[in-house]
Amino acid sequence: MADLTSDFVGIKSPNPFWLASAPPTDKEYNVRRAFEAGWGGVVWKTLGEAGPPVVNVNGPRYGAVYGADRRLLGLNNIELITDRPLEVNLREIKAVKRDYPDRALVVSIMVPCEEAAWKAILPLVEETGADGIELNFGCPHGMSERGMGSAVGQVPEYVEMVARWCKANTRMPVIVKLTPNISNILMPAEAAQRGGADAVSLINTINSITSVDLDLFAPEPTIDGKGSHGGYCGPAVKPIALSMVSEIARHAETRGLPISGIGGVTTWRDAAEFLALGAGNVQVCTAAMTYGFKVVQEMISGLSDYLDAKEMALSDLVGRAVPNVTDWQYLNLNYVTKARIDQDACIKCGRCYAACEDTSHQAIWMKEGRVFEVNDAECVACNLCVDVCPVEDCITMERLEQGATDPRTGRVVGDYANWTTHPNNPSATAAE
Amino acid sequence: MSNTQLTPGVVPGRLARGAYGDNFADMAPPLDAHEAAVAADRCYFCHDAPCTVACPTSIDVPLFIRQIATGTAEAAAKTILSQNILGGMCARVCPTETLCEEACVREAAEGKPVEIGRLQRFATDRLMAKGAMPFARAAATGRRIAVVGAGPAGLSAAHRLAMLGHDVTLYDGREKAGGLNEYGIAAYKAVDDFAQSEVAWLMQIGGITVKTGQRLGHELSLEGLSGNFDAVFLGIGLTGVNALRAEGEEKSHVRDAVDFISELRQTGDLSALPVGRDVVVIGGGMTAVDAAVQSKLLGAEHVTMVYRRGEAQMGASEYEREHAASKGVRIITGAAPVRVIGEGAVTHVEFAYTEEGPGGLTLTDHTFRLKADQVFKAIGQTLEGVPEGLHLAGRKIAVTGPGRTSVKGVWAGGDCAQGGDDLTVTAVAEGRDAAMDIHAALMGHQAGAVR
Ligand SMILES: Cc1cc2nc3c(=O)[nH]c(=O)nc-3n(C[C@H](O)[C@H](O)[C@H](O)COP(=O)(O)OP(=O)(O)OC[C@H]3O[C@@H](n4cnc5c(N)ncnc54)[C@H](O)[C@@H]3O)c2cc1C
Ligand SMILES: Cc1cc2nc3c(=O)[nH]c(=O)nc-3n(C[C@H](O)[C@H](O)[C@H](O)COP(=O)(O)O)c2cc1C
Ligand code: SF4
Repeated sequence: MADLTSDFVGIKSPNPFWLASAPPTDKEYNVRRAFEAGWGGVVWKTLGEAGPPVVNVNGPRYGAVYGADRRLLGLNNIELITDRPLEVNLREIKAVKRDYPDRALVVSIMVPCEEAAWKAILPLVEETGADGIELNFGCPHGMSERGMGSAVGQVPEYVEMVARWCKANTRMPVIVKLTPNISNILMPAEAAQRGGADAVSLINTINSITSVDLDLFAPEPTIDGKGSHGGYCGPAVKPIALSMVSEIARHAETRGLPISGIGGVTTWRDAAEFLALGAGNVQVCTAAMTYGFKVVQEMISGLSDYLDAKEMALSDLVGRAVPNVTDWQYLNLNYVTKARIDQDACIKCGRCYAACEDTSHQAIWMKEGRVFEVNDAECVACNLCVDVCPVEDCITMERLEQGATDPRTGRVVGDYANWTTHPNNPSATAAE
Repeated sequence: MSNTQLTPGVVPGRLARGAYGDNFADMAPPLDAHEAAVAADRCYFCHDAPCTVACPTSIDVPLFIRQIATGTAEAAAKTILSQNILGGMCARVCPTETLCEEACVREAAEGKPVEIGRLQRFATDRLMAKGAMPFARAAATGRRIAVVGAGPAGLSAAHRLAMLGHDVTLYDGREKAGGLNEYGIAAYKAVDDFAQSEVAWLMQIGGITVKTGQRLGHELSLEGLSGNFDAVFLGIGLTGVNALRAEGEEKSHVRDAVDFISELRQTGDLSALPVGRDVVVIGGGMTAVDAAVQSKLLGAEHVTMVYRRGEAQMGASEYEREHAASKGVRIITGAAPVRVIGEGAVTHVEFAYTEEGPGGLTLTDHTFRLKADQVFKAIGQTLEGVPEGLHLAGRKIAVTGPGRTSVKGVWAGGDCAQGGDDLTVTAVAEGRDAAMDIHAALMGHQAGAVR
């Protein structure tokens, strides 16, 4: 069993799996159960100002996108921040932290964009013994209409300003949670860094309408005949989150800024991918909401087995794939592969054929007896056939050795060469 | 009534009253909406799908399954019915394990095909529950066509011809339409009088006049029909039966399996139907399995099926053999009957083991006897009552192309015609294709316009 203990900006936890600020962390009852199940830490459901709490809709607040067999692939919500009184949350946080000193307990906060509001709440949170705070600049619905959440996260100046206020008014580590509803994730990340934030966490949910009720002609979830956009999360958003995490991890200015990776983490593998792309830990919401707190046990055993098999420490994994994230222009254009269909594994569904013939490069032959074979003279190695094949590893992409001739182009496979030096590139630099 | 499974002889009421309902309940109960969604999700939407190729009526299986998956079961039903108007019955009776589901790539992938038959039933049940006929009749053509035989072949031909605007008179020698759907198929495959509801549903197309109790060769003649109609389609099935040619065959309680099944299908009270304590069924096809299983379900204590060749040559599929075995039917292969023993009524059957040699099947000297108070012969049905003048190919009506017989203006399809397996679905395909050919022949170049 690999050592999974994690130290994220000085916050220690027995493993790098935290529950993200969301319904699973909205009260003491849930959080205690989560800790019992094995979660390394939680980010408490976002607290608002003292006084009358926000109210949620009383109709449905989720929408869903399903895969085969109603597997939940994407979840959308229109829930606001905690709708329970501040004092109650603070009291519970204190009690839980006292009983679980080894777990990470970070408190998410969202108050109006005024220094006084932040100054008022920070000492109250500090007093609970919490390990850190996370600034919710991400919520894309409801709260954003009131000038908070993503309305702040979308303006880098505000991000910087609030981060600075917080750093000035508390000794707790400050994590800034970013919204993906922005064209360039580096702008708020840099702003957070300038404001002195200890880390960023991302992504919060993505503006979304998951479906439309075709009888009511209204978005779902529908509240009395109307719907509003919500925030999208779950397995479907993982690719977007991974890309954003990797951008921050590899960008010169933000490189080294600790990242808490969030978005679609469902299995140990998802978590390992976030870690490899530079996240120091991960946060999980939808997977827990879909399967219950026990999912963390698979994440723990899976990550541990993987690290053992690779003979790696957790810290060796963090950022390990970052050097391999590059710009398109640096990809090796002399890396030539061809699709290969394993005839023994093939079940003859013909999906590769339909895909390649109708929408790609007419590089698959359908021969007598439903035998499917790749025509190397046409295959551009897009790997669409691999992606649509229902049998894992039935179609693989095999590399042509250097010196071999690509039957499609008639050219001999040479050394590494990329677009920057390619003759078709009008601004190519002469190859040395 | 005090009969039990152990009562000797051929007697009714061997089981407790309530047992009949359970025993003859739907063999493959319908999928509910959730089960259908899960089953439909498994379809890979194959290119040039092997299941469609394997279906004698070429139903676009991936399309209809996708329509189910997207919550449009009635559209799925229309996809099915446009190729196979008896898609509802076929969903219940097709040996899918040797047709579409055998070809399913998931059979190759994991030995578990997509449940095409049950999905087909799901879709067609949904549509038929609404009672609506999704096809409309084309403008009347003024042409009149006689269809003889209201089994799957005749019904399919009649529907297609009516849909194309022709006037159809559908004759059948029996009391009810439906052919073997009504009189032959095992009771647990088509429960709740499905054969009759399907016929009634199909007739909604309009333009079909049904005349039952009209037998070709008795009330009707081919000449008469040819004279009165623009075309004739024959779908008269196989109404004769092969003889055992074993000594003592005429003893009482030795009868044709198809008669027993027909009686079973028509009875209103299964507990009143007599069945033996020791039943022997001779044959290896679908009819033999159905007679054996249904005897067992009626309460026979021992039921043995004896087939003269090996397991591989049996007409009944592995799935059907397993079904029989699961109901307690014993199957003996490689033995043929030589003598039916008994004073008046049968008491035993003597069999000889067979040997497969270059000269064909021969009997060996090794014999054995099975106790039997009832024997069912299920060694094949034969063509009977073929009108004069039609050429035969072997033991069936010779046809070329889509059912053209040797007589101009006369088409044939289904079990009575040459080619294809003797299956409901094949009969439907042949009836449909003959109808299209009749239409083309009658309408000439105009035919192309109707689609
Ligand atoms: C016991 C049994 C079980 C079977 N089970 C299955 C099964 O599970 N699945 C499957 O796919 N197939 C099964 N079959 C085969 C299937 O029933 C037939 O292949 C199919 O019914 C053939 O259709 P058809 O229209 O050609 O003939 P039939 O269904 O036999 O219909 C012929 C019709 O013509 C009428 N007719 C005959 N002669 C005359 C005449 N001289 N004048 C007027 N009318 C006449 C008959 O009354 C009958 O209505 C089974 C067959 C039997 C016998
Ligand atoms: C391989 C690939 C290449 C694409 N290239 C382009 C492109 O060159 N220009 C463009 O406007 N959209 C491009 N798109 C986006 C599609 O037009 C479309 O907007 C997107 O895939 C979303 O639609 P869909 O998921 O429903 O297919 C591309 C999509 C794919 C999958
Ligand atoms: S890799 Fe792309 S081009 Fe090559 S065979 Fe597969 S689908 Fe066709």
